[in-house]
This record gives sequence, C-alpha cells and structure tokens, in this order.
Amino acid sequence: MNDKQITILQLYPHDMNIYGDWGNVLVLKRRLEWHGYIAKLVEYNPGDSFPEDVDLIVGGGGQDSGQDTIQKDLLSIGTKLHDYAKNDTPMLMICGLYQLFGKFFKAQDGHIIEGIGLLDIETHAGPERLIGNITTTSDQFGEIIGYENHSGQTFLGKDVEPLGHVIKGAGNNGQDNTEGARYHNVIGTYLHGSLLPKNPDIADFLIEKAVIKKYGDFVPTVIDDRFAKQARAITLKRPR
Amino acid sequence: MQLPYITLLGKAVRKIALLRGGGSALPGLFIETIDPAFTKRTLGQLPQGVVIISGTNGKTTTTKMTVELLESQGLKVFTNRTGSNFTRGVAAALLAEVDNKGNLKADIAVLELDEAHAVQFIKTIPPRYSLLLNVMRDQLDRFGEIDTTAKLLAKIAASTTETVVLNREDPRVANIAALLGNQTVTYFGLSPKLISLFPSDDDMHSKSAASSRSPLPADVILSDLNDTMAKFTLGDHNVSTTLELKGIYNVYNAAAALALARTIVGSGVDEAKLIDALAHVTPAFGRGETLTVDGLPLEIVLVKNPSGFRLSLSSFKPDDYHTMIAINDNYADGRDMSWLWDVDFASLRKTGVSTVSGVRAYDMTLRLQYDEVTTSYVDTALSASLQHFITSGSGKPKRIFCTYTAMLALRRELAKITDVETIS
Repeated sequence: MNDKQITILQLYPHDMNIYGDWGNVLVLKRRLEWHGYIAKLVEYNPGDSFPEDVDLIVGGGGQDSGQDTIQKDLLSIGTKLHDYAKNDTPMLMICGLYQLFGKFFKAQDGHIIEGIGLLDIETHAGPERLIGNITTTSDQFGEIIGYENHSGQTFLGKDVEPLGHVIKGAGNNGQDNTEGARYHNVIGTYLHGSLLPKNPDIADFLIEKAVIKKYGDFVPTVIDDRFAKQARAITLKRPR
Repeated sequence: MQLPYITLLGKAVRKIALLRGGGSALPGLFIETIDPAFTKRTLGQLPQGVVIISGTNGKTTTTKMTVELLESQGLKVFTNRTGSNFTRGVAAALLAEVDNKGNLKADIAVLELDEAHAVQFIKTIPPRYSLLLNVMRDQLDRFGEIDTTAKLLAKIAASTTETVVLNREDPRVANIAALLGNQTVTYFGLSPKLISLFPSDDDMHSKSAASSRSPLPADVILSDLNDTMAKFTLGDHNVSTTLELKGIYNVYNAAAALALARTIVGSGVDEAKLIDALAHVTPAFGRGETLTVDGLPLEIVLVKNPSGFRLSLSSFKPDDYHTMIAINDNYADGRDMSWLWDVDFASLRKTGVSTVSGVRAYDMTLRLQYDEVTTSYVDTALSASLQHFITSGSGKPKRIFCTYTAMLALRRELAKITDVETIS
C-alpha cells in the first residue's frame, strides 16, 4: 500500500440508506485498499459543516420521510456540489438522491419538491411503483445489473446522457428505455442491489477518476472478481 | 350442499393434499371457494375471540410461546402452527381442527399473520386482541417502504376490539397508540441496559442510537439476560427464569408473549405456571431450532432481513462452530439482494464460512468477500452443499443461517438423516 489517500464522502447516510446503499461505499473503500490506496470515509448529515478535500461522493435512497428531512439541507449545499461536479469529482447518486440531484420532483398531489438541479432531469410521481430485477446496457460498462424500486418517473434533459439503455425492467420512466443519467463524472441511477458489488467496472471507473484527479495517474491491480461474475450470471437468469 | 358435507369434503381434500406432500394452500382454497363464510363462522364461535400477532420479525416464535403460555392457564387454543401465515393457511389449519360438524373445540384462536394478509383477515373477523412486534426493513419489494408497513400494522390495531399490545422500543410501533380510539393499549419493553443490543434500521448508520426515547409504562420489561437466565419485570415485581430459547431476540419475544398472555388471562393469572411454561418453550421450527447430526448439534437459524440477520449473528457466536449460509431469492424470500449489504459479517472473519449455498450463493459469497470473510465451498445446489457441509465439519457443532425457502428445503434434506419435526 502506498500513502496515497482518497476521501469518500457519504451524503446523508443517516436518512438516505435504505436499499443497501452501504454496499456501494464498502465496495469503493475495499477496492481502493486492494488497489493500494488508503480509503478515508467521512459523513455529511443535515446541519454538519461540509467537509473539505473530498475526492468521491456517494449518496443513496431514502423513504419519503427521509427525503423530506434532508431536502432543505441539500439545497443549502447545492452550490458546493455543483462546483465539485464541474471540477470532475466523481459521484454516485442512487434513487432518492438521484432524483433530488435533478431539477425537481413533482408529487402525486402536484406540489413541487425542488432539487439542486445538478443533473438536467425532472421526476414526476408515477401511478405505480416500478419494482424488480433490471438489466441495462452501456457502451462503456457493458451490461449493468441491479434492482429497481421507485415510484418516481424521471425524464432526461439535453445536458445529461443516460447511464444505460434498458434490456429488462423499467428504468427511468418505463417509457423511453433510458436508465440513469451522467454529467461530467457524476452518475445517477435507480439501480441498487447494491449497484457496485455486481458492477465492479463502475466502481473502478469512479475510483480511477478520483485517483487521477488527485494524483495524476492510476495504476490498478487485478482484483479477483470471479464471485461478482458468477453473481451477475445468476442474476441475469432470475425473474423480474 | 349442507354444511357437514362441505366440512367433510374439505377435510378429505386436506388429507389428499397431505398425502401428495402438498402444503396448506390447496385445501384452504377449496374451502374458501365452496364455503366463503367458513373461517368467519368457525372462529366466531370462540368464547375468547381471536388474537392476531403481526410484525416483521418474531411472529412464529412469539405465537408458539403465546399458545404455550395460554395453555398453561388451562385455555384450549387454536393456532396456525404451520407457519402458513395467510388467510388461506388459517382456513386450512381450521379444516384440520374442526369436527365433522364444523365445530372448533377451542376457547381462543392465536394467529400469526403477516402485515399484508392481516389487513385482509381483519375484514373477515376483527381480533379481540392484537400484538404488534416490530417494523423492520423486509420485503421492500412487496411493501415499498417501511412506513407503508407501519400503516398496515396501524390498521390491525384500529380493528382490534379490546386490547392492543405494542413494542415500546420500536418507535413506528409505539406511535400507533396515538392513532387509536377505544382500545386499551399495553406495552412490552426493554431495560435501558439492553436497548443498545437492538439497533433499529434507523439506528443502523446513526451514532445517536436509542437516546431520547421517553419511557412509556410497560406491563412486561425484559430487564436482564445472560446465557442461561432471563429477568423480567411483570407489572410491579421481578421474576427470573431459565429458558430453552436461544438468542436475544427470542427472549425479547418472550416479553411480548408474556404481556399478551397477561392481558388475555387478566387478574386470575397463575404466574408460577406461566413462568414454568415459558422456561420450557422450545424454538419454533427453523428459528434457532437444534437438530442432532452425527451426535452433534446442528442449529437452523432463519434470516430474512438485515435486522434479523444482524441480531442472529450477535446472538449466536461463531467460535468453534462450522457455519453455513443459504440464501434464496424466491418470492417468499424477497427478490432484492440489497439487504445482504446492510448486514455486517465481520464477526465471521476469524472462523470463516464453511459453505455458502442457495440460488443467490454467489451474491452471498461476494458479500463476504467485501467483509474479507473467507468461504471454503460455494454451490447453488442445496443438497450437495449440505452434504459437503456435514462431511467437512465432522466433530464440530454446526449452524446454518438460511432464508425461508432455503430453510424449508434444508429441513427436508435433513429429515433424511436425522429426526426433524414434520411441519404439515
């Protein structure tokens, strides 16, 4: 191990952690260690002072009540997050925080919950929850495998690219075949399962971007991903 | 068709279903189809009414305990002992118990029902008593989110005609009291010393666990426990007893069952008999149940959600044990594997895991890899894995953590080599 350290910021882990979101943080931490880096975990929760020198930011999904709790606070750190994103800091936002990184969430009764608009997306409450195993495909990451469970339907604007195109499942809105959104090195997605354990290429992409930004170059080691490969193969055969 | 014939026919269907090795669904469906009022009419006869036990974790064990506690007080109790905790399962269980004229010889029914099925069941017959245990993350693919599950429990409470027994230490359950009207509410709880042993999902990633809860008065409090003894506060006095049950969460379920039994029996309770019955309750099938294989214990521990798995790992120490984990993702298990990532497996690092199996064996092994826990053998096939687990662990006591459908399959396999209580 060298003495190079990467700081991972968990965004709102107390309130936004519902679908195994810890799994994404754990995978980033371990893979950084296996690649020979020191991984430092820091948390940001409502009312905390925003930590300095963050290299990678991860956020998860919450219950409706959890999203209410953090929404105002998130708006107060929106500018900071915009700056980090424009400076190419890698981020991974799942489900609830994916939505709130967008422009707004329009609830069933028509009222608007404002997001930070970092991603050019908008979300509308849908008539039914979209639940089940999901597979998408992306030029960069190949097949992306996960599980979705959301009632919001998200539509992409022109400033973002989808993370993947749906092969099986609903995706952003069940209509246009897109799933997730990308902007600079920010990835937003509905996929949990958790996402990163079974999609190590995405984990290594986030790590590589963080390390290169901080240290100029990244030399990966070979990590034994055979269990991930077999878990992927089985997941692909499971019912929705 | 006249009623006695319907009942006879239903019983015949049940016998045939049993012979074919089937479960309780078919006879339940049969009787519900030809005699839709069967369940309502049969349970409606009971002088002390119906009790519903619901919540995420501990329903089966708590129901078993409640039944044995009530029997110690001389009551004749009907229950859905098969773990078929849905309306049709209740109908099937009733079919087995009624006489040929459709009469049920019981004073009271104690039913385990999962949250969603209970909400259907209360439309058939409202419970006189209900016991609500906890709301944990479980099957979010079915319920969406836990606040939704809490609302289902609130409906059960609201339909209850006399007394609702609530877990004081689970805020989502305790808060239900505020929504109730004429019902009497009574609580079971933990001493401050023990609360930290039960982290809720909300506390899981939070440093300020269980700090600012105002203590409501509880009828039964689990005040202390060690490996052999548990101490309870019952009303205004303390009792200590040995227990055959293992695991902290099982012992807390005992507090729930005590509170419920005290409520039902009232002031005439024979406490000596009550505590004696409690001391002799054995775990329900697959809930810390111990079998004997090659002269050594083999424990089966059902795990179905993060909080249950965490509590199981902290209750059952891995030292000197040969450990197997079997994870399925069938409908009854939940299809989403995210929950495995909310369990900390570091306690298994020292011993490692001998065998990982089930449909999602590789998801589980992957999870262990990231907690740097080694796995010796991985195979999705349960029967081959079990064989490997038993032969490779000769001379050691064994423990299998398994999801629901994996547990049922493993018990069937184990029945070929040792005594396993048949659950029909």
